[in-house]
Amino acid sequence: MADTPTIGPLGWLGQLLLYGVFAVVVGVFSRWPAYRHLAPDQALIKLSFNHQGKPVSECQRVSAEELAKLPPNMRAPLRCPRERSPITVELDVDGAPALRHVAQPSGLSRDGASAVYHRLQLPAGTHQLAVRLKDDVHTSGFGFTRDATVTLKPAQILVIDFDPEKGGITLQ
Amino acid sequence: MHPARTLRLASLGAYRRLEHAFDRPFGAALNPWRHLGALGFLMFWLLAVSGIYLYAVLDTSADGAYRSIDELSRRQWWLGGVLRSLHRYAADGFVLVMAAHLLREWLFGHYTAFRHFSWWTGVPLLAFAFVCAIGGFWLNWDQLGQFSAQATAEWIDALPLLAAPLTRNFLNVAAVSDRLFSLFVFVHIGVPLLLVFGLWFHIQRISRAAVFPPPALALGTLASLLALTLAAPVMSHAPADLSIEPGTLALDWILLFVHPLGDAVGHGVVWALLGTVLVWLLLLPWLPQRAPKTAAPGAASAPHPGVQAPVAVVDPANCNGCRRCFDDCPYAAVTMVPHPDKRLRQMARVDADLCASCGICVGACPSSTPFRSAAELATGIDMPSAPIGQLRRRLQRGLAALDPKALRLVVFGCDHGAQVAALAAPDVAVFSLMCTGQLPPSFVEYALHDGADGVLVTACPGTGCEFRLGQRWTADRLAGRREPHLRERVPRERLAVVCADPGQEVQLKAALRRLRQRINAAPAAAALAGERAHG
Repeated sequence: MADTPTIGPLGWLGQLLLYGVFAVVVGVFSRWPAYRHLAPDQALIKLSFNHQGKPVSECQRVSAEELAKLPPNMRAPLRCPRERSPITVELDVDGAPALRHVAQPSGLSRDGASAVYHRLQLPAGTHQLAVRLKDDVHTSGFGFTRDATVTLKPAQILVIDFDPEKGGITLQ
Repeated sequence: MHPARTLRLASLGAYRRLEHAFDRPFGAALNPWRHLGALGFLMFWLLAVSGIYLYAVLDTSADGAYRSIDELSRRQWWLGGVLRSLHRYAADGFVLVMAAHLLREWLFGHYTAFRHFSWWTGVPLLAFAFVCAIGGFWLNWDQLGQFSAQATAEWIDALPLLAAPLTRNFLNVAAVSDRLFSLFVFVHIGVPLLLVFGLWFHIQRISRAAVFPPPALALGTLASLLALTLAAPVMSHAPADLSIEPGTLALDWILLFVHPLGDAVGHGVVWALLGTVLVWLLLLPWLPQRAPKTAAPGAASAPHPGVQAPVAVVDPANCNGCRRCFDDCPYAAVTMVPHPDKRLRQMARVDADLCASCGICVGACPSSTPFRSAAELATGIDMPSAPIGQLRRRLQRGLAALDPKALRLVVFGCDHGAQVAALAAPDVAVFSLMCTGQLPPSFVEYALHDGADGVLVTACPGTGCEFRLGQRWTADRLAGRREPHLRERVPRERLAVVCADPGQEVQLKAALRRLRQRINAAPAAAALAGERAHG
């Protein structure tokens, strides 16, 4: 009754071939073509920090009259603004400016840490680096600086971070 | 015509040719293009089974993860290594068949009306699948995993969501802790659980969902993946080292293509691209669909989304609560409720939001038999746009109009399958139904009883039925395997069933020719035709 064509030897061969094509497509594109993220003669600098800037304004002492107007549980003698300074960072490579970035404080009240992450590719070899960081709007210059001569191997990653407990700008 | 519709229909033609080409070696029933959803499930089961083993042997610490997986591939290649490779290749296969499944459903316009729920619940699964897949590379903490983890972190950091860059978790060795690996495990196991949940939703509105392909197709697919695991086992790159940038990587382009894409065009652009595609896919069911002004030849072969006939209607007076429509509905649109007029009896009820207007329930209804003596044939459940009584009248008129001196044939076809109109001739009466499943088997007997010498029934090939189960139920009913069945006394040599899609009309003509030859070869039929010619 049902008018269905049967699968002959050629059909079986075709199935074998098509299953093979499926396997080849999966096998090939799961590893080929090879991908290189960084050219062989290049090294990488990752400049990153997560640091809270200084407050934008000083704490103010609240007068006794003002304190008296407040509920008893809110009578703190010092009123400290929450907003933090943005952080400015500059990086020179071999005397030429390579990066300048101003990171704004996080949070709706701008009272959180400022975060930075930048990748910078450069040829492997010896380089003169100069890093400057400013975290206080009240000062004119950069509060933290670091000059270093580094020799980078191909594919090497140099991380420039900021850790006040380790003296400020770190290279690792 | 709308450019998007033009593109879709042009692509549909090319896709149909590809699908038909696979019919030759695989046969219509095992054609993998018609089992893409089920193949996706197969890949998922393979991922689950191999993944459970891999998780059991994985050392989920930052120091031990690489060693545990690498040793598995080297020291226990015959089991652990094979399962590891199978896990990766099944993930590749899952993404490929998922993409093909999405493309096929879009080409066929399967995203509006009653199908919008399945479409809408399927789109998020795309994202879940890639999140699972990408997270899997991190667990094997080799250079590829390192690259993928760093690239993903940079990609996420491109969105202004996190106060501190995620990338800082991969700045140096000290930053990669066992706690971070717990997060990796959560991503790679937690998100697949979400995927299972999503898949459950995805198939909620279809009955008899195919969560496993036919055994022969499953075996063939599994064998091809196993052959691949033996021919090209997956091995680890060098261990991750955060002090150096990974060198040349054997990148899995099927699963990790977003990383090179991000490098090439920028992470923001990748977000914009993927976001646009996902939003477009999500909104597609609700975008305005303009119907064609006139039905062009072969219109049924070019399904138009958004155009749906009125849904099935139950007639309590003719519904005896037999549950056949409930059993046969491909979209679970029929439920049984207490009959309003008959005590202790049930009656079918149609959920209009779920009904596909396919008419398969009409073909299932025992009251749809044309042998009933009522002047106006009414049945228990019917399609308002093509009632069963109208089909009986058309059949009676068609039979009366056939050339009495010739061998008289009747063809029942489907609006979504190969077009039957071209078969019409003085000795051939053709009837195109909403779906072949709408045809009650008794109509075949009725046609033969009322003067036809043979009946040809056409349906969509394999599981390619526009309404999923029409071809299957028709074949089962005509073969006597499902109620309502074609009665034993109907001479089977006078009946032919052929499966053909739009574009395969030549096969219909050939099937009709073979049926004619078969009937002519039968002495009784030839004598009958001779008598009619002389009388």
